[in-house]
Amino acid sequence: MNILVCISRVPDTATKVIIGSDGKSIDPKGVKYILNPYDELALEEALRLREKNGGNVTAITVGTAEATETLRNALAMGADNAVLVKGDEPADSYSVAVNLADYAKKMNPDVIFLGKQSVDFDSLQLPSMLAEILGLPSISVVSKLTIDGTNVSAERDIEGGKEVVSTTLPCVISAQKGLNDPRYPKLPDIMKAKKKPIEEIASNNLDARTVVHKMEIPLKERKAKILGDSVQDIEMLVTLLHEDAKVI
Amino acid sequence: MSINRGLTEEQIMLRNTVRKFAEEVIKPAARELDEKEEFSNEITLQMCDMGFMGAFVPEEYGGAGMDYVSYILTVEELARVDSSQAATVAAHNSLGIGPIYYFGSEEQRMQYLPLLTSGKLWGFGLTEPEAGSDAGNTKTRAYQNGDDWIINGSKIFITNASTSLTLGSSVLAVTGQQPDGRKQYTTFLVENTVPGFEAKAMKHKMLWRASNTSELYFNDCRVTSNMILGKKGDGFKQMLSTLDKGRLSIAAMGLGLAQGAFDYAVEYAKKRHTFGRAISTYQANSFKLADIEVGLNLARNFLYEVCRMADRGENITKEGAIAKLYCSELAHKAANDCVQIMGGYGLMKEYDAERFYRDQKILEIGEGTSEIQRLVISRIIGCYD
Repeated sequence: MNILVCISRVPDTATKVIIGSDGKSIDPKGVKYILNPYDELALEEALRLREKNGGNVTAITVGTAEATETLRNALAMGADNAVLVKGDEPADSYSVAVNLADYAKKMNPDVIFLGKQSVDFDSLQLPSMLAEILGLPSISVVSKLTIDGTNVSAERDIEGGKEVVSTTLPCVISAQKGLNDPRYPKLPDIMKAKKKPIEEIASNNLDARTVVHKMEIPLKERKAKILGDSVQDIEMLVTLLHEDAKVI
Repeated sequence: MSINRGLTEEQIMLRNTVRKFAEEVIKPAARELDEKEEFSNEITLQMCDMGFMGAFVPEEYGGAGMDYVSYILTVEELARVDSSQAATVAAHNSLGIGPIYYFGSEEQRMQYLPLLTSGKLWGFGLTEPEAGSDAGNTKTRAYQNGDDWIINGSKIFITNASTSLTLGSSVLAVTGQQPDGRKQYTTFLVENTVPGFEAKAMKHKMLWRASNTSELYFNDCRVTSNMILGKKGDGFKQMLSTLDKGRLSIAAMGLGLAQGAFDYAVEYAKKRHTFGRAISTYQANSFKLADIEVGLNLARNFLYEVCRMADRGENITKEGAIAKLYCSELAHKAANDCVQIMGGYGLMKEYDAERFYRDQKILEIGEGTSEIQRLVISRIIGCYD
């Protein structure tokens, strides 16, 4: 079974993000980057599938040379091959989808995995766009997956419950939390990852169909006030509820 | 990030991986294991599965085939979260696996290293009730009896020697006199099942409470002569070299603990408000934190450089002592300041500062006290010539 896993490099969720001087991009200085956590789930599912059925797992990303480190991470977790579609920082989800689709058409994977979203821009568009371009069925936000022969059965989280969906291979699956528990790369595998080749191909630096105009970080407001039980404090509470909160 | 200055891509990936593992697997269990004074087979085996045991041992013996810097990074990141687990890994690698890998015959390496990199532990019996800093006062003796050797005596404060995963220990014993009249030492590999050998866990420790510390008793304990590590009479040399490298792992524990206490203190100081301001904005606290940051940078640069010297096979007796001394005193300062910044909360077991404060103390005592490190350094710079 040939499996393609699309991954992305995102700022660590614990990083304090600063907006660049242009007001519409993240300032990369001092930011620690990680493999997108949802992509870890996608990769883990691919590795388990390979361990069960044999085959090959290829990790692919679209981005700048810096994304090599993210691909090494995927190789250390156990991917067999890695592909960097190298170009400028991708303009939008569509340009990423087109680049991924170009590779997928050549590779003809049995199944394509992605995280349900990247935790940087959170546009949630990529899995569906990719499936649409390739003309493949797509199941998104999957929290449980069973593949038997070419039959695919997936559980999806929906508001207040679960939905079970089936399709057949080849297809596109996007991973949600709960799908599995991603493994840690082991020390010897980190060493081996260094020796695995990373294929580089040039990206079609497509013009963006959507454009980011502005980014802002929500202001932190300290809204809590602590009052005691004295008469003055209770009077203060009434005043605040009346004048500030305007609830009484 | 500055903490990764000069590291290779793999070393950075390793640091990130060990940090994640420590945060997600060890941290949630650390406080309770410390409280119950319990050694966790489960976490030990998980750490082994990650490849932490035998990090610097070549793959043909079951190791990860990494350099010494990578091993030290592993210990540092574990100690940033929990000293007990870091101690299990550091002792097993530096004192358990190290001597067998560096001094063992090919047969001994093939017999033991694959086991010691896949879930079995091994101790290193040097310290005795009356021979700590004064290792020359070692009383454990071994005499030859036909093809065998008979060992009598005892050892104390031996890490990893009596867990249910422990296979045995390397034991230093006096085996005669050298021509110049000084004692001759030989190291024996003694498995826990050998009659006449007993390893017993020591309880009621102040620190490293989730790691195993043992007393070893030898009562006419008989081993065959092929259990001599390397050659008869090599014991003292082996011990000195083992301690040189062992000091680097204690230094890594100091650096890691200092970083852990520092991170904890910074996070707390930025959140905690007094008189309407975060306490990190008071100079009394910010200067403490600035001083620790200075120490962390210096310690890290120096320790990694000494590891590179070790990788190149250079003598590191002085540098190892400097690194161990500096990093353990930095850990002391960082843990102390962390508690001070937290005030009363720093004294409560609910907060990791309390555990950092206890755990740091051994670093100024184990594998050569700070006083012994100063003695080593002052001798090498010629003070006593």
